[in-house]
Amino acid sequence: MFVLVIGGGKVGYYLTKELIESGHEVVLMEKDRQRAEQIADEIGSIVIAHDGCEGKYLGEAGCARADIVAAVTGDDEDNLVICQMAKHHFDVRRTIARVNNPKNETLFKHLGVDEIISPTRMILGSIEQDIPVHELLHLAALGEGELELIEAHLQAGSPAVGRAPRDLDIPDGCSLFAIIRDGVALPLRPDTVMREGDKVIAIGKTECEALLHGQLIGDAETADAR
Amino acid sequence: VKVVIVGCGRVGAVLAEAFDSGGHDVVVLDLSTSAFDRLHASFAGHAVRGDGTDEDTLRRAGAEDAELFLALTEGDNRNIMAAQLALESLGAGRVIAKINDPVRAAAYASLGIATLCRTVLMSDAVLDFVGERVSGMPGIIAPSGTHHGGHAEPLVATASPAGAAPEEA
Repeated sequence: MFVLVIGGGKVGYYLTKELIESGHEVVLMEKDRQRAEQIADEIGSIVIAHDGCEGKYLGEAGCARADIVAAVTGDDEDNLVICQMAKHHFDVRRTIARVNNPKNETLFKHLGVDEIISPTRMILGSIEQDIPVHELLHLAALGEGELELIEAHLQAGSPAVGRAPRDLDIPDGCSLFAIIRDGVALPLRPDTVMREGDKVIAIGKTECEALLHGQLIGDAETADAR
Repeated sequence: VKVVIVGCGRVGAVLAEAFDSGGHDVVVLDLSTSAFDRLHASFAGHAVRGDGTDEDTLRRAGAEDAELFLALTEGDNRNIMAAQLALESLGAGRVIAKINDPVRAAAYASLGIATLCRTVLMSDAVLDFVGERVSGMPGIIAPSGTHHGGHAEPLVATASPAGAAPEEA
């Protein structure tokens, strides 16, 4: 497979090394000449010291025959443009962009980047896993980002314990659809009685989160009093 | 007409003043407040410090109902991203981006953005002045297509309806 990597920072450097080790053909583009030479000294003459955003140099680097273009510079706007140029101008089948500002994910997807890797989002997700149990856990953003997949861990004192979804005041545009009980996923029907320790999985509009929180976890006051 | 200009450099400032004195409602954005020194004291539009590649900033600057959106910073890619945010996410009317790389300028025109290429403009001006053959490329390339070859409709249309039920997701 021929992979064109743009951006010779830490990510691009290690990515290139790993790809070579697994036997792929790789070209790395790095616009800083000094940095490019430094990498070339170590891994050989597959480094092009040019700006990968520039159409002319992308072409010279063989973009038109690349199977994959990975844009991993530190600048989101550069990564976006590299992927779009690869996709629309050079007909590359698969483009991967590093996204630093999580707010840009939706735009990048919409504008045709095939895969988006967001280190910021990943670290954020990892931190949120550790957030105290009386919070709603964000599992994923759905659609264009206006819907969220949420997990609520029911504790003693939650208004939902001992009740079924039909007894709760679930905000419009939200759906409680499954529970995880003792490690087993079960469908959540309108008459399924929820228990302490259940994890309720819900899909809802972002703005309904506070209401869902109140129904499944309890109001902020009750949570604090616990 | 409401005009939003990203980048208050020489060109941005001249255009901001021109649209302002033409009676239009102008908002000009720049990352640095000192860029606004270029504006004449009589400039009656809004000068906003902010990042034109940030969707919230553009929304605050009123890009959603801008009939004309100009991306004129020094960075081709920043201009491209700002222009696409305005066009695709915010639904601005006409969008023009300065893209000095002729290849990118041509490519993005076919993706729905009018592109202004200083490289072509200036080299053609010089060639024309000294009587050599010019490239014949237009200084501003009109948009000739959209970026989505038939897949999604613009973000702005999918994000707006208030009652998107979960079942539809």
